[in-house]
Amino acid sequence: MIHLTLSNISKEYGSTTVVQDFNLEVEKGEFVSFLGPSGCGKTTTLRMVAGFEIPTTGTITMDGVDITKNAPNQRNVGMIFQAYALFPNMTVAQNIGFGLQIRRESKSVIKQRVEEMLALIRLERHADKYPFQLSGGQQQRVALARALANQPQVLLLDEPLSALDAKIRVQLRAEIRAIQRKTGITAIFVTHDQEEALSISDRVVVMYEGKMEQVGTPFEIYNFPQTAFVANFVGTLNMAAAEVTDPAKNLISIDGIQMESAEDLKDKQKGDKVNIAIRPERFSFASDGKKANVMDCRIENITFLGSVVRIRVSIGDTKFNMDTFNNPFLELPKIGDTSQVTCSREAVLVLKN
Amino acid sequence: MKRSGAVWSWFWMILGILYFFLPLVATFLFSLRAKLGILSFLAYQQLFTDDDFIKGFSFSVLWGVLTIIVGILIFVPTAYWVRLRLPQFRTAVEFITLLPFVVPAIVFVFGLVRTFSHPPFLIVDSPALLVAGYTVLSMPYMYRSIDTGLRAIDVRTLTEAAQSLGADWATILFRIILPNIRVAILSGAFLSFAIVMGEYILAQYLAKPAFAPFLAFLIQQKAYEPAAATVVSFALTWACMGIINLFGRGRGQAPIAGGH
Repeated sequence: MIHLTLSNISKEYGSTTVVQDFNLEVEKGEFVSFLGPSGCGKTTTLRMVAGFEIPTTGTITMDGVDITKNAPNQRNVGMIFQAYALFPNMTVAQNIGFGLQIRRESKSVIKQRVEEMLALIRLERHADKYPFQLSGGQQQRVALARALANQPQVLLLDEPLSALDAKIRVQLRAEIRAIQRKTGITAIFVTHDQEEALSISDRVVVMYEGKMEQVGTPFEIYNFPQTAFVANFVGTLNMAAAEVTDPAKNLISIDGIQMESAEDLKDKQKGDKVNIAIRPERFSFASDGKKANVMDCRIENITFLGSVVRIRVSIGDTKFNMDTFNNPFLELPKIGDTSQVTCSREAVLVLKN
Repeated sequence: MKRSGAVWSWFWMILGILYFFLPLVATFLFSLRAKLGILSFLAYQQLFTDDDFIKGFSFSVLWGVLTIIVGILIFVPTAYWVRLRLPQFRTAVEFITLLPFVVPAIVFVFGLVRTFSHPPFLIVDSPALLVAGYTVLSMPYMYRSIDTGLRAIDVRTLTEAAQSLGADWATILFRIILPNIRVAILSGAFLSFAIVMGEYILAQYLAKPAFAPFLAFLIQQKAYEPAAATVVSFALTWACMGIINLFGRGRGQAPIAGGH
């Protein structure tokens, strides 16, 4: 069931276009992330859903009602900010109950709802503390409870984890997702951190320079990036310029080194330039018996990253990263050695632009 | 070298203290000599039982409080709105708030009298004009205190958080913004109060029975009571300063840290 629709949304400030031609349908209970570098328009889009910005063109509908021009306090949305934005003059319980008070709920309703929310974020014992007495992670959980107490139609999270340190960030990320599943609320999550977006979302919208680059499940976004930007931004990736050598057999060459792709190249001509991308983990050292895409290489560098060992190899004139899982019995080559690497046909992604 | 430097610092400091306190101490001692031959608080007794003193004093207290209320109602929303929506006007607004320092009070009051003493603005006799004038005079202190208070909290994010929870502007101002800049408002308020209590020119030229004109009148009439009144007025100002400090010190523990 479509819950929230953004159609043909664009936003201009004077002559600069911040968001352009944004179209998205969000299902009820779905967790969608807007992912992109700073300045890509993801926060502006979120703020248009919240009502803090009015789109220059396009409409936003929620449950079939056009809310494009409604004031923020006339929409039923919950907002989470990077800076927590708890009211410093109110206790945790008062913060959580604020929205209900605005709606003139009875004292007993507020009390009960605040207790429910405190249980949800596991901060029952901190009800009477002030925000400045809590840690960052706790403050953000209170902000989450405050936003959810009103039972909003959609929960908007604007880089909610960016002000926290790494460990808390991962913990709270899982907690936000668990609470979202439990309450069944529709959520839009803005982040510049691809790992965050991939791990938390049902669907990811990758944005760049105000445009949607790709929309898909984290699996699709990671495994089948459609544009050079997505390929580059999400995960680490080897990119190379190649030339189509045989469209019928899906053959390409990188500086004369032949490679076979699983992608259909029938609409390309011999000699067409294409960009290809290969994930580092799709490479491996060639063992006997493999035939497709076996290439001679030279070991340039080896970096130990903990769970992964990243080996930089040069194939012809092009350098690629190759990731292999670490294990104590791994026999690593030496820098300067020559070897053979391979990757499957499916690993060779031909990008659309 | 260092030693002589310290000596000179002490010298200048003591000189400064003497310069400031000697007249005050002399005034105080003088105010105690109303009864021949012995020190007494007779002058204070007479002062506090003087109907004109009580009238002038309570008049100034009342208009001081009114000035504070009007000031808060005007400057809090203004400073808030400038911070939130019109940051490009901040320099201009700051300049305007400093005008009372630039324009002499005597010029200001003649402007008021000229403008408001004939139709369509015939309100020169109304106390409202006096409050308006006081509000303008207290503007540098009031506006700047409030603006400093707003700087300490994340105005924009707090506003947006409240908006998304359904709050309207009045709710945001009174339940979110005001409580979080309480300390700043109080310090502005006490400064304004001290200004109004000591203000002479405006009250005199608008012919209002305020404290300062009464004091001036007293000086021409009597010997010991003006000294006593001066000491009282000083004590009052210091009390205001003390209260500001008291509230200011509470700042460390008070939940005023704001969004970040």
